[in-house]
Amino acid sequence: MVGRAAPGLGWDRVRAALARMDLLLVVLLMMAVLTALQPQFFLTRENLTNVARQIASNAVLALGQLLVVVTAGIDLSVGSVMGLCMTVLALATKAGWPALASLAAAVALGAGVGAANGLALTRLHLPHPFIATLATLNVARGATYLLSGGVPISGLSPEVRWLGSADLTVFPGTPLATAIPISFLVVVALYGVGTVFLRRTPTGRHLYALGGNPRAAQYAGIDTARLLVLVYVLCGALAGVAGVLLAGRVNSAYPTAGIGAELDSIAAVIIGGASFFGGRGTPGGVFLGAVIMGLLRNGLNLMNVSVFWQQVFIGLIILLAVYVDVLRRRAAQVES
Amino acid sequence: MSAPARVEMRGITKRFGPVVALQSVDFSVQPGEVVGLVGDNGAGKSTLMKILTGVYRPDAGEIRFEGRQVHFSSPLDSRRLGIEMVYQDLGLAENLDTVANLFLGRELTRPVWLWRLLDEPAMERRAAEHLEALRVELPSLRLAVERLSGGQRQAVAIARATAFAAKLVIMDEPTASLAVAEAGKVLELIRRLRDQSVSVVLISHRLQDVLEVSDRVVVLNRGRVAGVLPGHSARMEDVVALIVGGAA
Repeated sequence: MVGRAAPGLGWDRVRAALARMDLLLVVLLMMAVLTALQPQFFLTRENLTNVARQIASNAVLALGQLLVVVTAGIDLSVGSVMGLCMTVLALATKAGWPALASLAAAVALGAGVGAANGLALTRLHLPHPFIATLATLNVARGATYLLSGGVPISGLSPEVRWLGSADLTVFPGTPLATAIPISFLVVVALYGVGTVFLRRTPTGRHLYALGGNPRAAQYAGIDTARLLVLVYVLCGALAGVAGVLLAGRVNSAYPTAGIGAELDSIAAVIIGGASFFGGRGTPGGVFLGAVIMGLLRNGLNLMNVSVFWQQVFIGLIILLAVYVDVLRRRAAQVES
Repeated sequence: MSAPARVEMRGITKRFGPVVALQSVDFSVQPGEVVGLVGDNGAGKSTLMKILTGVYRPDAGEIRFEGRQVHFSSPLDSRRLGIEMVYQDLGLAENLDTVANLFLGRELTRPVWLWRLLDEPAMERRAAEHLEALRVELPSLRLAVERLSGGQRQAVAIARATAFAAKLVIMDEPTASLAVAEAGKVLELIRRLRDQSVSVVLISHRLQDVLEVSDRVVVLNRGRVAGVLPGHSARMEDVVALIVGGAA
């Protein structure tokens, strides 16, 4: 009956809300376990501030990756684009560009590489975004080595360092005084805008439709080629932003920066509950996916587990996250 | 003089290379009329409808819409006049809910600061009204379409096609994949559209469905009109004879 709540809808809502909460529960569980294992280190303000700062660039990359994955695409180039943008940012700063101009150049360069990805897909009709972005992964990394001569460039502008490593202290002078990294605030702001864009605008809705059923989007008169170029441009621009944050944190542009970062961003998107087949995934989930990866790395670091083992655990978490999703979907199908 | 036909196609011819897909076909639909369009595979049904929706351009012949001659260069042109198509694959985004699908590409928005944001309450209200008018019953408007049954999905696709002042709806095999009870509901829905003076072209291989609901049945055979029969009094054997007529 239209307009009248079907029986059981209330319970359905509760269950749907719980399903959305499960990532949050995982985060809380991880924090509880880490607190129990490392009581004197984990739950300190210094450590949590540190985690928030460390996840910033992966979280920003993952937000861009989500936009692409929602359309059933993938962007393998984000790590290389991040490295290239860092190098260009550092070179522009060295050349005496004003801070704002060099920031804009870095982000615009990311957007430009993204546009190349999108146009290769829609104009050259390359069969899958995997291929176009694999090409730009190599081009951007090569360009990074060429521009930097293969050596790190240090000495970024104070503005960039402020973005990447400064803190905003809330409740200063009280026992509650907490330092929140500026980069983390940038992340929160970007995810806020990303959520409004994806969930509340017609364009965001069209992205989900395109990922769910491209034919439906075409029938509805949606310009799917324009939409695809847009998501790769945004993904590239966000890779530029991620590069700015990382360069500011380490006060250096090193030519190997961002190698493998595309895979971390994809991992955060998958752990965050987005579907590789497109049409599914929320910024909130992906944010928690990035937090889960950050907590895992931090916890293993605190327990002196080697980085090699960390990689093994990240792999297992990806496997687990996707398997839980498979189980949940199967349960939903049996139900209906 | 009586009111003009909603759509009148005259002398439509279409060739694909050496193949003549349609040979001077006349086809018309009156306001509030249900016309069954039947024929064997390759008889030209879908080519004729693709010309009517602007996907193809005819090599000869003319199309009049409510008395005015029209030239469609894309499906958007025909949609602007109120000609909508329900495809066999439905063309729904199954990951989105019914409200989102009904308004896909035509979302209602409201300005918030510099953004135009989706006006979900307004869309939900109008979707509920529209489905109410068609007497379509769904468990919830906010359930992803993939959770609905085949018949319910078909109803959503038809509701989507008629949500924006449609004057003519073309349905391609709307009952092909449905169980009998669900197919019956779709036929009821077609009658309800007719009562609201929407014209319907029904393409189907299920002749009993076509005869049950159509005012007229147009039979195509190898690109020509083989016959036009009154829907309710026609006998199945006559329709079949026209469909296969002339075959070796």
